[in-house]
Amino acid sequence: MASERLDGFFDRNAGRLFILPAVLLILTFSLFPLIISAWLSVSRFKLGRDGFTLSYIGELNFKKLFTGSQQFHFLGTFSSIPFTGWLILIVTALLIGLGIRQWMRSGRLTVLGGIGRLIAFGTIAALAWVFASTMQDGRLGSLSTTLFYVVAGVSLQFVIGTGLAFLCAQDIRGRSFFRLVFFIPLMVTPVGIAYTFRMLADMSLGPFSPLWKAAGFGDFSWAADPWTARLVIVIGDSWQWIPFIFIIMLAAFESQPRDEIEAAELDGAGPWRVFRDITWPSVAPVAATVVLIRIIEAFKIVDLPNVLTNGGPGIATESLTLHAFIEWRALNLGGSAAVAYTLLFVSTIVCVAFFQLVVRPMRQARGQTG
Amino acid sequence: MRFIARTALTALAATTLGLGSQAQAQDKPHDGVTVNLMTFTGPQIAEPLQRRGKEFGEATGATINVITVPFSDLYQKVLTDWLTGTDSLDAAVFAPQWSVDYVVPGLLEDLSDRVAADDALQADDIAEFFREFSQKVDGSTYMITVDGDFHMVYYRTDVAEELGLEGPTTWDDYLAFAEAANGMDMNGDGEADYGSCIAKKRNAQSYWMITSIASAWLQSQGTSQGAFFDTADMTPLTDNAGFAAALEVYKRTGDYAPSDEINLDVGDTRNLFTQGRCALTLDWGDIGTLAIDPENSQVIDKVGAVVLPGSTEVLDRESGELVACDDTTCPHHVNGVNHAPFAAFGGWSGGVSAAADDAVKDAAYAFFSYVSQPEQSNADVTVGATGFNPYRTSQFDSLDSWIEGGMSERAAENYLGAIQDSLNSPNMVLDLRIPQNQRYQQIVLDTAIARYLAGELDTEQTMAAITEGWQEITEELGRQEQLTAYTSTIGAD
Repeated sequence: MASERLDGFFDRNAGRLFILPAVLLILTFSLFPLIISAWLSVSRFKLGRDGFTLSYIGELNFKKLFTGSQQFHFLGTFSSIPFTGWLILIVTALLIGLGIRQWMRSGRLTVLGGIGRLIAFGTIAALAWVFASTMQDGRLGSLSTTLFYVVAGVSLQFVIGTGLAFLCAQDIRGRSFFRLVFFIPLMVTPVGIAYTFRMLADMSLGPFSPLWKAAGFGDFSWAADPWTARLVIVIGDSWQWIPFIFIIMLAAFESQPRDEIEAAELDGAGPWRVFRDITWPSVAPVAATVVLIRIIEAFKIVDLPNVLTNGGPGIATESLTLHAFIEWRALNLGGSAAVAYTLLFVSTIVCVAFFQLVVRPMRQARGQTG
Repeated sequence: MRFIARTALTALAATTLGLGSQAQAQDKPHDGVTVNLMTFTGPQIAEPLQRRGKEFGEATGATINVITVPFSDLYQKVLTDWLTGTDSLDAAVFAPQWSVDYVVPGLLEDLSDRVAADDALQADDIAEFFREFSQKVDGSTYMITVDGDFHMVYYRTDVAEELGLEGPTTWDDYLAFAEAANGMDMNGDGEADYGSCIAKKRNAQSYWMITSIASAWLQSQGTSQGAFFDTADMTPLTDNAGFAAALEVYKRTGDYAPSDEINLDVGDTRNLFTQGRCALTLDWGDIGTLAIDPENSQVIDKVGAVVLPGSTEVLDRESGELVACDDTTCPHHVNGVNHAPFAAFGGWSGGVSAAADDAVKDAAYAFFSYVSQPEQSNADVTVGATGFNPYRTSQFDSLDSWIEGGMSERAAENYLGAIQDSLNSPNMVLDLRIPQNQRYQQIVLDTAIARYLAGELDTEQTMAAITEGWQEITEELGRQEQLTAYTSTIGAD
């Protein structure tokens, strides 16, 4: 009887038991560092006669970042909002407004949903305001710089990656060759990409220097201007990650049922109409998912700014991860953990919001469960 | 009978084997011992350690594993390894200014007895400054010097002659020279070259450069006055007319430099200078020996070295303003110019982990001694690619090894003369060696200077940023403790 009950237990819970070791391993290597980092973020590390001490200091590390001596480094230098900044704020307000309207029309108004949206929209509005208020003369902090890499980088990667995937999904000559070539950068280690770009972007000694000089840019240094330095990092990051979006979207385009498209074409629909009304709705959930995955990864960018510019000029290209790394390297463990935890909160809120507001509705629109 | 014979033969064999192994042990005293040693990527510093490590291994039986990491990671990698008890590293070659952070928690082995018993090291031949500042903490020896470090200015002697100028005596002279030379074709390739090339890259080895310039204004009363903090209350000397003047000079050098100078590290500027593209540079002693490399240098016998330029005005610490240099305000002046040569970094030195096994400690110490002994060191300091600069008295006294290394007699006299002038200066500036000096210099100072050079901050804002950042660290770590450490390292206690 006992053995029968045991057999029944294993039968019912076989799936959970098989994945339990992996889950425990992941929790151990995720939870433990998370808890220790939380402790570090509210502590001060000090070397002493018996090694080191960690003293509890409360919120001081965070206060330093948001309102204290490191505010310039983390949030940026606040000044008047330029025209571009106002545009960003207006677009953000419109998107938030759309989100609220969509929710109110959904008929699923819950308290939890309201709180979640308040946190998400509030965070996004605050991030937009910080970005707009610090972009004058390019004096962004590591938070806004990271947001720039995420928004500009992922947008560029998505547009180009999807475009290339769409082209390679057509019946064109050499598409197998192009698929292979477009995929190669993804195989290269990020540090390798960074060093390659450093060489390629060298205006005086790099392989393109005759072109730069012929165009009159021989004396121009992209590394000396904050926005061009950030742009070069976005380009380097895009060069590596476009293949990722390319390969996922290619699979999405190729897995489309052909009968719908053929039927539309028979009915006289043009290529744009076919793409807008048939192709895009069918691949949109995949697109949203791949963008979400890229956003999660983009928040952690460190290799390119570290190798290409060491975070310079000044602190113009320093991402949050690089900021935390530099602090950690000088044994300011508390400060480093505070930056890392802020990155965790911001990226979690942004990614969860993106999932709930974009990915899930797109999946539901296609009849998939979220 | 047979039994006696067998026994005698067995005893004879055992004795022979025992004597043989003892002889072998004496020949290979560290046989089977592995020393894991960490230093920075280089190739400077790492290359001679790897090369000498192989020789040492063949002679002693030890295996020296040289593990390299980027310079900016070296401090915390070694400290973390030892502090957490991981102890994967047995020794390290790093900056002696960091040693206080290793000595206080008891991480570094006290080498005093070993040094005292080591005749081969010839410790008395190591220049007193390196022996006392680089090697010792609180009177005990914890590091073995393998390199001597001073910042100097190097200039193209042929360009100077063409322009009717000499090596710069003041920072105004430096700027005038750079301005006059900027745009000249200095290496015959038909392209305009640069008046000045100074490493200014953030998170690299640039953050010493501003101190090399500022010291001329900040310290005039001798080494024990210090150039970083007020010895009365640990107030940073970073918000005054002297530091402002230094910042403005530092920024102006960029007017005559490559457009991407703020992204250039010392490796880049050394390359530019030895390729003949710069009239002036500010660097450690490496340029002197790199310039004579027949394979890579286009400036052989065209390089002069001078002690760090000075100033005709110095800081009056009471008022915070600049005053003219005279016998009272700067007693060590030379023809009315206050020079304050900066012993930047202090010179690469080797330290041994206190947690290593005794056999490993012995082998590690013996290796450092081997590298530092005159027979090896006197040859290595003449080769630019090693990154080792002179630090032994014998390396200054005799020109033979320098001439054998490829320097002309004139160049050797000039180069060694500049270093000796720095070493013997009563107004030499010692590098910062207080607890967590990394945070003061590599984080706060480096970040503020990078922002200043990038145009994010003006002079006043830069000084305020450095001062506020340093004060914050001092308060965190304890003002009195930091003051005691600072005054003891500069001899002001």
